[in-house]
Amino acid sequence: MNPYIAGVLLGLVLTASFFLAGQGLGASGAAKSVVASTVLTVAPDYAKNSDFYGKYSHQKESPMRSWLVFEVLGVLLGGFISGAVSGRLTWKVERSPKITRRRRIIFAIIGGMLFGFGAQIAKGCTSGAALSGMASLALSGFIAMMAIFGTAFMFSFIFKKNWV
Amino acid sequence: MGPIIPIAGISTEMGFLIAFAIGLGFGFVLEQAGFSSSRRLAGMFYGYDTTVLKVFFTAAIVAMINIFFLNYFEMIDLSMVYIHDAAVYAALIGGVIMGVGFITGGYCPGTSVCAAAIGKVDAIFFIFGILLGVFVFGFFYPVFAPIMNPEEGSMWFVDNELKVSDALGLSDGIFALVLICMAIVMFWGGEWLEKKFARPDITKEI
Repeated sequence: MNPYIAGVLLGLVLTASFFLAGQGLGASGAAKSVVASTVLTVAPDYAKNSDFYGKYSHQKESPMRSWLVFEVLGVLLGGFISGAVSGRLTWKVERSPKITRRRRIIFAIIGGMLFGFGAQIAKGCTSGAALSGMASLALSGFIAMMAIFGTAFMFSFIFKKNWV
Repeated sequence: MGPIIPIAGISTEMGFLIAFAIGLGFGFVLEQAGFSSSRRLAGMFYGYDTTVLKVFFTAAIVAMINIFFLNYFEMIDLSMVYIHDAAVYAALIGGVIMGVGFITGGYCPGTSVCAAAIGKVDAIFFIFGILLGVFVFGFFYPVFAPIMNPEEGSMWFVDNELKVSDALGLSDGIFALVLICMAIVMFWGGEWLEKKFARPDITKEI
């Protein structure tokens, strides 16, 4: 799809989210729900005494009953439908031919860890902090956006072999 | 009058259904934009594909202007809309860590879900990494809490405005105009980069 048209459509989805729910789009928040509900089940005593999980252990409802968990389930189905419509459904490890599958997977895990970690500090990721923050003129949204893209660019020279 | 869900008192279950529907649109558009490919996303940083820049800024500006108009026509109560409110240093430090994650992992959380949905195995491992990262953060939370919720007088405290336009001393409209002009220049730059750093061997595969 033409990227500018895709951008307009994404902007409309984002507008709908603000108009209906009073908040923008998000993704990383759902990860916290999954981790919190796992920790609450596996180690309830630890969770109770932790500042990080504490607020979940005091509520009756499961952390999985959250807006973002359902939104991300929607993303999963939406992505699948789009992939099916455009004939892109295949199992694949996407990588540069210069690197092995194993190296790509290891870097994917490291990247995911950093993203999950950083999103907790910044209260959101590219969608929740940067994109939704920018649309609502949030100062922290613009800072997060510049930090994410600026840092990725600065480090792109080190990881060039992984991609090109 | 929006935001509909809190104002109309829509039930939690109905709210979840709406969240699912919004996610459906989000996922569909991300995948159609080509964001289910890590090599396309990474292309942003090597210049051969600047789709990320074009989609991201177009979407932010479209939503921003829509919110202006909804407000102008009194169709949304902005006092009930959540404006991202991370502390300045928290947004900066978190953003830097996420930036390193972006170039090593090739996805961000939203796009990784999309990519996993069409069968990208690397994206599934990326999601596993996100969960691991959140879990590890749980142990480090006390270290970062003073940065995330800085108290007055601490070195992490910045007495800033919530909105970027207020922080810069501009009206919302003027700020939007400046942002749109910047975006047009960046789009032009993106098109130029794609020609200069063209990698047809990669772009035909993604």
